[in-house]
Amino acid sequence: MTATTMPTTTDNQLTAGQLPRFSAIAMLVVVVAVVAGVMALFGTPAIGAVVIVSVLVFLAAMYALSWAVEGSRRAADRTAGHVVTGFFVLALLPLVSLVFSTVAKGLERFDVQFFTYSMRNVIGEGGGAIHAIWGTIIVTGLATLISVPIGLFTAIYLVEYAGSNKLAAAIRLFVDVMTGIPSIVAGLFAYTVFSLILGPGTNSGLSGAIALTVLMIPTVVRSAEEMLRLVPNELREASYALGVPKWLTIAKVVLPTALAGLVTGVVLAIARVMGETAPLLVTAGITASMNINPFADPMATLPVFVYYQYMTPGVPQDPFYARAWAGALVLILIVMGLNAIGRFIAWKFAPKTGR
Amino acid sequence: MASTETGATSESLPQDPTNDLQSTIHGKARLGDKVFRNLSTGSGTLILVILAAVATFLVGLSIPALTADPEELQYGAFWAYALPFAFGTVWASFLSMLFAVPVAIGIALFISHYAPRRLAQGLGYVIDLLAAVPSVVFGLWGINTLAPLVRPLYVWLADNFGDLPVLGWFFAGPVSGTGRTILTAAMVLAVMVLPIITAISREVFLQTPRLHEEASLALGATRWEMIRQAVLPFGTPGVVSACMLGLGRALGETMAIAMVLSPASVISFELLTPSNPNTIAGNIALAFPEAFGLGVNQLIATGLVLFVITLAVNMTARWILASRKEFSGAN
Repeated sequence: MTATTMPTTTDNQLTAGQLPRFSAIAMLVVVVAVVAGVMALFGTPAIGAVVIVSVLVFLAAMYALSWAVEGSRRAADRTAGHVVTGFFVLALLPLVSLVFSTVAKGLERFDVQFFTYSMRNVIGEGGGAIHAIWGTIIVTGLATLISVPIGLFTAIYLVEYAGSNKLAAAIRLFVDVMTGIPSIVAGLFAYTVFSLILGPGTNSGLSGAIALTVLMIPTVVRSAEEMLRLVPNELREASYALGVPKWLTIAKVVLPTALAGLVTGVVLAIARVMGETAPLLVTAGITASMNINPFADPMATLPVFVYYQYMTPGVPQDPFYARAWAGALVLILIVMGLNAIGRFIAWKFAPKTGR
Repeated sequence: MASTETGATSESLPQDPTNDLQSTIHGKARLGDKVFRNLSTGSGTLILVILAAVATFLVGLSIPALTADPEELQYGAFWAYALPFAFGTVWASFLSMLFAVPVAIGIALFISHYAPRRLAQGLGYVIDLLAAVPSVVFGLWGINTLAPLVRPLYVWLADNFGDLPVLGWFFAGPVSGTGRTILTAAMVLAVMVLPIITAISREVFLQTPRLHEEASLALGATRWEMIRQAVLPFGTPGVVSACMLGLGRALGETMAIAMVLSPASVISFELLTPSNPNTIAGNIALAFPEAFGLGVNQLIATGLVLFVITLAVNMTARWILASRKEFSGAN
């Protein structure tokens, strides 16, 4: 009896009472086909509607099937897994859609003229963003020049000198506070400082750089502090034991050890402030001409250029929109490129943590 | 100390002299050390000075707008002017959190507990890429791609829910012809704060003690039951503070609102109509280039209001994080 029935009940005791592994994918294909078919009977359905209905039907059908075969607890487990995976895919959609539309619309004006001409005396077609690209480089460069030394030395103070005194606690707290400053408020601050010194209504590249500095310092301090803490104490002690003074220990032992992490932090901070628009809108302003003097006159920057090209177009709108998209594409390429460089340095020179 | 003078201990290593040596001999004072120490301390102090300057300048330039005669102000009485924007700021941020929080927690769980181990870190970077996209590009995308895409959905919502008793407050028509409503702006905001909440939640979930998870699984729990029993209770404070930090970002975000929203100065809960409450940050970006005289001070005063709101939200988040030190990985 048993010898004849055993093979027929199931071929594997361990997977008895479970759905096969391909069941979710099979169910998804079936549901999409059925939903699209049924909705097509009532007229041409929108793709979005098909997707939304399919997802809901899939979740319900999969829960029902799993509930019947595997029981309610496993059915809930499966549904949770599907929902979580679905959320991840949902978050990828805007990223993919954004990159796709920027590339598709930006390539139209991604030409030599865009990188060689400014907007001076340009009314309709033509023109370019070379003045805005230089402006972005100058403003971001100035902000980097100011904030990296301040941020780095603050991190050195926090890690090497302060220990846990009150000043260090205050600095940590207020670096946190600075992280939360809305970018437009940083812009207003820089604007007010310069309008008090130089008279109201002054726009200049330097004021933009000051606004970006306020945003950049906390990012640099936090990443640098974390990196300096990763440097093993044994290295410092070995250096002291050889009679090396503290400042040389920091300059020749601690900083070189943490160099990769520090560079990564700075690169990511630059990438972050390079895309800031709001603070530059109120400080550096916009101009159609090339201006490489950061101390006087408005200076166009790439994000602000994109904003004004799109929001205040001239009479034939299309050339303005095309320039805006090309600017957005350049911006996204620079920022993502910087991110990739930062990640690469971090990955290439990462200290081995043992995990 | 007195015992060192007795014969029994004086034969062993003389302790007092060594103590004296330690306390009296200092390292040679070097110029480099001095310069380095002062530079470091100075930089740290400079940050405090900068922040004090930010606060002082904002308050100092806000006072004229608060004390002046409403007749003289470019935008009329201050609080009547600022209140709709303050409402819009909070309302838009609230809506964006409604979208972002469940999705962000889901993604964090996916990366920490569902995705294959080899892929997990790479997938985390992909989500972090969202944080790298400049806000002005998000604005362009919101106007061009998202708004036309969601408008049919808005028409459907208004047709089906616009006349119902409670839902009608939110979904009443007429639907905006461009789709550039506060709901669209909130969706763009949600995409922007998503990576912040995800990054911190992911770290917190990964710090769940291994033993808790394995104990739960050993008792026969499914993966979802394990997450509910071990991961979520452990991670809740960290997730709450992650959400607060995301909220701080959403409150201060300017460009997505300034570009996507078709703004008005109203207090309204309606999500689909063409007249939407503007936010403080969005209003500053739109109005600042044309402001003059006391109008500039008025806008700076609204900026101060925004600063205070975000400060309160951020400090609460930090306080929650600090009260549970074991979540330090979230910093």
